[in-house]
Amino acid sequence: MGHPLSRAGMRRTLLSTATSIALISAGVMGISQAAHAEDTFKVGLVTFLSGGASGPFGVPAAQAAETVIKAINAGELPAPYDSAGVNGLQLESVVIDEAGGPTKQVEEYRNLVQRQNVNAVIGYISSGDCLAVGPVAEEMQTFTIAFDCGTPRLFEDVSNPTYLFRTGLDAVADNVGAAHYLNDAKSDISRLAGIQQNYAWGQDSWQDFTLSMEQLMPDVEIVDNQTPQIFQGNYGTEISALQTRRPDIIHSSMWGGDMEAFVAQANVRGLLEQATAILTTGESGLHRFENQAPNGTILGGRGPFGGFMPENDLSEWFSKAYEAEHGTPPSYPASKMAQALLGLKYAADNSGAEGVPSSEQLAAALKGATFESVSGTVKMALAGGHQAMQPMLYGEYHYSADTGPELRNVRAYKGECVSPPDGQNALEWIKAGFPGADCD
Amino acid sequence: MALQKSEIMLVVAAAVITLLSFAVPDWLAFTTTLAIASAMVVLGVVMLMRAGLVSFGQGLYYCIGGYAVGMGGRFLGITDALVLIGMGVAVTVALAMLLGLLLTRYREIFFAMLTLAFSMILYGILVKSQNLGSTDGFGVGNWTLLWFDPEGGKGSKTVLWLATAVGLAVALFLNRYFGSAIGLACEAIRENEVRVEYMGMSRRQILYINYVIAAAIGSIGGSLTSLAAGHVDPTMAYWTISGEFVFIALLGGTGHVAASFIAAMIFIMVRTYAVELFPNSWQLILGTVLLLIILFLPKGIWSLFTRKRRVAS
Repeated sequence: MGHPLSRAGMRRTLLSTATSIALISAGVMGISQAAHAEDTFKVGLVTFLSGGASGPFGVPAAQAAETVIKAINAGELPAPYDSAGVNGLQLESVVIDEAGGPTKQVEEYRNLVQRQNVNAVIGYISSGDCLAVGPVAEEMQTFTIAFDCGTPRLFEDVSNPTYLFRTGLDAVADNVGAAHYLNDAKSDISRLAGIQQNYAWGQDSWQDFTLSMEQLMPDVEIVDNQTPQIFQGNYGTEISALQTRRPDIIHSSMWGGDMEAFVAQANVRGLLEQATAILTTGESGLHRFENQAPNGTILGGRGPFGGFMPENDLSEWFSKAYEAEHGTPPSYPASKMAQALLGLKYAADNSGAEGVPSSEQLAAALKGATFESVSGTVKMALAGGHQAMQPMLYGEYHYSADTGPELRNVRAYKGECVSPPDGQNALEWIKAGFPGADCD
Repeated sequence: MALQKSEIMLVVAAAVITLLSFAVPDWLAFTTTLAIASAMVVLGVVMLMRAGLVSFGQGLYYCIGGYAVGMGGRFLGITDALVLIGMGVAVTVALAMLLGLLLTRYREIFFAMLTLAFSMILYGILVKSQNLGSTDGFGVGNWTLLWFDPEGGKGSKTVLWLATAVGLAVALFLNRYFGSAIGLACEAIRENEVRVEYMGMSRRQILYINYVIAAAIGSIGGSLTSLAAGHVDPTMAYWTISGEFVFIALLGGTGHVAASFIAAMIFIMVRTYAVELFPNSWQLILGTVLLLIILFLPKGIWSLFTRKRRVAS
């Protein structure tokens, strides 16, 4: 009888020892992180490292951050960012996975600021995460850049921001731009259909797009909209349904693997011979569409990012450096992350601070600023100087063996054309016929 | 009515948490709040487990509690936290009384799948509701607590005190409940339903009452989570969240009400440190740690305490 008891006793000792060690080490880690180095600037990077959004968005963004931060610290960026570090401080990053939903992201955001003592946070691809974290950033008074999320509600919920910025466009611009592109480049279309993932992004995109089309091309008949589940993967039924409606144009806001799967399946089924697809986030598949998407498919990149980047010193450097390190040219999420980091460097360099700039100094420097980026000159002109206003670009995908994948017939629409004037509700602005838009 | 030993321990633990809240950093206070909130949902799962039922749909009530807080503030202009929590409980009890009629007929996998199905129906409805922000959800407005107006309400200390107080009340209630006739009858049902009927008790009635109480407690957990996080979204009703609650329940074991609170805290701490230290493989670390706990403590973390007592006696 003694044998099993003593074994149980040993196991108990082992377990309690292990538990104590785990607890102590957790405590020690917490304390060691509380010590704050004065010669580095610590930035928290939050992006998807697991789940469906990691492959197309999260990981390219994290890779871009790695490339750009290395170059910032070495002072290898082209002018005007050729000084080493941010405000002379070495940039140190903490990467956090965005997976797990808004409640968990609020928790992790608080941990970043209070446990890890980051000086600033850059991140958030999911709109839900942005909406949840935005108010917390204001509450915790920490300089925060939302680099990718597209919800137009961000600065409606945080109506008077101090610390929260977005260095990209919202999803309204994607869809207003898409309608303008069709109006200019495909004026002969008559039947329009759509396919969107069944969640907020897809619903909002389709609403913005159809309202814009009613304004710009009122004669076009909207014949169908399919709403498959997100990450469904197989679109056979939806493709059949679309085929029977004989559309000329298929609008889709699907992203990542879903978008690529739909394009590949629709192409094989002949749907894309019958109709041209306009993919608002299609740029992320630009370098993978060979033999999958037909030439002439219209792609967007959520602004002048990825394959739509204008030619300037920064974009050339970024494309080269990114491709050298990661093997493929940068897609739009990578460019957007680079832009957010350049925005941070601009804000830090111009904060006028001695040593580590405070969140207030960073916010004051970036508010309403105009800074150079991989996407050209960025004007923080919306949401009271807290959101970038940028042009929206669409172009046709073409592949040939000589040139590889390229974008042709690219059209750019000015920021003033695709975004509502500051403070105006996007839906009302579209419904009223884009008052104040400057599109020439 | 004299306090039992474990009740004194619970009161002491709550007092210690309240005192410590003045000393610990804000992030820890926030994490503790979330742990207490999810522990309450877990207690609901534990209640069902004691009756031999596994619910993969407790997220349904967690979500209703959360959305009651969000919608009460947004559409009805109610700001008092206790009223908001009460609203969630009222809606939850009404729904649970309806669903309970059907669910108490089922056992085992059928019960698990049906509960899962109902929570996924709510998820589907919320995803389709564009004026509630669809999958993005929406922000919870500022709230107050009785006469007390914490700045914006989301100040992590106030919500921690609220969660501790509510958590203590629920824990004390359940501690008595588990020892009551109906609580013990639940365990008897797990062992042998037919004998319970022969003893002159209605197993359906017992399971029904048990189910409704479990739902109400889950709703309180959801309300506290949304008061703390300041945002609600449909993932609260998604089945993976319900699965998480079942997991924490297994981790803690059904031995004692305190087990759920300890397990929730361990789960959330392991997760947050795994996310911080291994951003690319935190799920793997989390899974491994939890698997090891389950392997070595098949009856949950609480068996550490009971074993010691048994050895001592």
